[in-house]
Amino acid sequence: MSIIYFLIGCSLLLAVCFLAAFFWAQRTGQNDDLHTPSMRILLDDEDENSRGK
Amino acid sequence: MIERAIIGKTLCYHCGDECLTEQYAVEGKQFCCHGCQTVYQVLSENKLCRYYNYNDHPGATRTRIDKRFDYLNEPSIVSELIDYKDDRVTIVTFYIPHIHCSSCLWLLEQLNKINPAIHYCRVDFLKKQLNIRFDHQKLNLQQLVELLYDIGYEPLISLQDIIKKQNAVNKDNLVSKIAVAGFCFGNVMLLSFPEYFGITSLEHSFKYFFGILNILICIPVVFYSGRGYFVSAWQNLRNKVLNIDFPLALGIAVLFIRTVTEVLTKTGAGFADTLCGLVFFLLLGKFVQKKTYHHISFERDYRSFFPVAVHILDNGIEKPIPLSQLHIHHRMVIRHNEIIPADAILLKGDALVDFSFVTGEAIPVSRTLGEIVYAGGRQTGEAIELEVVKPVSQSYLTQLWNNEAFTRKQDNRMQTFNEKVSKYFTIVLLLIAFSSLFFWLPTDYKRGFAAFTAVLIVACPCALALSTPFTMSAALSVFDRNLFYLKNTAVVEQLAKVDTIVLDKTGTITTGDSSYVKNEASLTEEQKQLVYSVCINSIHPLCRMIYHYLGGLERLLVSKYSEIPGKGILGTVGKHQLRIGSSKLVLGYPERAVYSTNVHLLIDGLYLGYFAFEHHYRAGMEKISALEPSINLHLLSGDQDHERTELVKFFKDTTRLHFNQSPQDKLDFIQTLQDNGDKVMMIGDGLNDSGALKQSDLGVAITDNVNNFSPGSDAILDGRSFNKLPAFLRFSKDTVKIIYFSFLISLTYNLIGLSYAVTGNLSPLIAAILMPVSTVTIISFTSIATHLAAKQRKLL
Repeated sequence: MSIIYFLIGCSLLLAVCFLAAFFWAQRTGQNDDLHTPSMRILLDDEDENSRGK
Repeated sequence: MIERAIIGKTLCYHCGDECLTEQYAVEGKQFCCHGCQTVYQVLSENKLCRYYNYNDHPGATRTRIDKRFDYLNEPSIVSELIDYKDDRVTIVTFYIPHIHCSSCLWLLEQLNKINPAIHYCRVDFLKKQLNIRFDHQKLNLQQLVELLYDIGYEPLISLQDIIKKQNAVNKDNLVSKIAVAGFCFGNVMLLSFPEYFGITSLEHSFKYFFGILNILICIPVVFYSGRGYFVSAWQNLRNKVLNIDFPLALGIAVLFIRTVTEVLTKTGAGFADTLCGLVFFLLLGKFVQKKTYHHISFERDYRSFFPVAVHILDNGIEKPIPLSQLHIHHRMVIRHNEIIPADAILLKGDALVDFSFVTGEAIPVSRTLGEIVYAGGRQTGEAIELEVVKPVSQSYLTQLWNNEAFTRKQDNRMQTFNEKVSKYFTIVLLLIAFSSLFFWLPTDYKRGFAAFTAVLIVACPCALALSTPFTMSAALSVFDRNLFYLKNTAVVEQLAKVDTIVLDKTGTITTGDSSYVKNEASLTEEQKQLVYSVCINSIHPLCRMIYHYLGGLERLLVSKYSEIPGKGILGTVGKHQLRIGSSKLVLGYPERAVYSTNVHLLIDGLYLGYFAFEHHYRAGMEKISALEPSINLHLLSGDQDHERTELVKFFKDTTRLHFNQSPQDKLDFIQTLQDNGDKVMMIGDGLNDSGALKQSDLGVAITDNVNNFSPGSDAILDGRSFNKLPAFLRFSKDTVKIIYFSFLISLTYNLIGLSYAVTGNLSPLIAAILMPVSTVTIISFTSIATHLAAKQRKLL
């Protein structure tokens, strides 16, 4: 059963990685604006032909 | 896309206003004005017409805008506005009120197509901000702003820089604290499960390992996430205040110390997961309570109303200077639609100044040469020149801000329920804890300490601390949906206590175009011309409305003209004699009580009828007047009293109507009411109300467009929701009741826990179950109850 020590260590390490990833996202401002990207994705990509229908 | 015609009306392709002329048309598209057409041409030249595909009529109307941006060449102004500058690029953030749809977003992020000197532009939709990085060697700030202006997105540049202030606020990393607490909560719970489910004697070696791990994980929770509670409790103790943070901090500390001792002495498993859960839920409550409206500012003062710069004449040459450099004896040039920033003497030009925002006077007033024009008025008509007689900060308008109501901190507000209760709660909690300690101490000191700590743990007012934030945030979102924006959650409780409402008149209960003329006289074209020619000589508001109503007729020569103040005018045009004015002047007897203001008309001794001026009050005014007698209503107007007869029907009697009130009078009036023990809610819209708004227990600024300037206040109400005000008041009372009730629920949980705790037999399992269960109960109860209450008040 001493494998538990190793497994718990792994699980904690993994969890800490996720926490660190969240901190990184927070610090680089990825969570600052949660609304605009949801609108931006609906806009079409560049297409020169679609000029003023 | 085909031009949309709605019931015969042609709508402008750009802004959606009605096209009154077919003069402006390009490529088969109709525009309402030259400005809209220009925007279309700019976009079409740059192949950006997809702008119009995402939404119909996405643009802002361009009919009435006339602005100059040459002040943006002043280095001192530029440096205040930009975020960052090096030798190649400049980064600047603009607040653009017109951002409202996906077309705006799309176009503003394509600016580099119009001008390649722009490297990067990003829109923050909710904050209505545009972040631009550009090469300032190829494009200066003025050109950039003009470019934005040309495509119909004029940034709002004001002295009180809203953008920078907002960015500075979000620095307490609450989210990070929650993330840490949540992370630790999850892990500790997993590690604690074996203990709860029972560890066989075989695996007993794990127990100590789990315990140590738990302690390690708890350390960031206590010292990082929970730090704020210790700091706040300590500060409050030093100020001799017992607030809810004290028992919370005590609970966290006791939980941690007991966990550490139990684990290290191998006497128990400790309360690690209760501790992490507690901190996690508490922070969650804090997070919910903090609702921010990015596009609304509650802290505006005169600085955001005034322009950034003003044009002065220096040796006959016109140049822009920042407002802070404007001094006495400067000669300012003020154009159409510009605001006069300082008290000044009129030197040249025809001043017709709209003071509606400052004094509440609905109609522009005209000033003659040599007269003093007070700051805050908006010139309409031709350009005028004025000499400054008082610095900006000491003008009639801005000196109001020197009043103590503005310098005082906001500590006159009512105590919230939570603050009141937590004081007694803490005292009772400590009493129980110490009495259980002393009860067991003589017989069993271990049990005594166990009971003492258990009481502090179990009675930790987690549920109590959460009931207010969760109820209030649910209530806030209900208000939000109904276009009533509150500054913070404490305002809901203040709203519930209001027993006196003071209303401003112009702009608050009347709307922008508050009255319209009804022609009750049958006039021939010739007679209309006569009336027009006479009325145009008068600056009386009613005359102005009459000649506006009659429209641009040919003006005839008036040979004799005299005005009798307060009564009317007498005029002679050619052979015709005209008498226009009150019933007393025209008919010789005073008018019977009527609900409108009438102007009677007599031409050559023949009575022809009258013009009636009916005032339009906001829909729902009768609902608000129905609030009497439970709420006292007062009217406080800077205007003359000519609407007294129409207004009195909304109020109990004429003593409730107060006219000719200066901004200072308004403030003093609120103070008098407060001295009588009334809880006053002030509803106003202009700068003239700002003193009263600040002084009142609850200041509500009413506006027809939340992005427009509104004075500093506790809440901003959209004019369309004015009729819901009674419902808002009732709903706020409901939410307070919900808080009381959830307080009872949390007390019940505390009592259950205490019954275990005082005996000293609190097992970690019971604590670990009780804490989350009570929290979840409170959260679900408050949100469901608030929702139901809102439904009942028809706010959802």
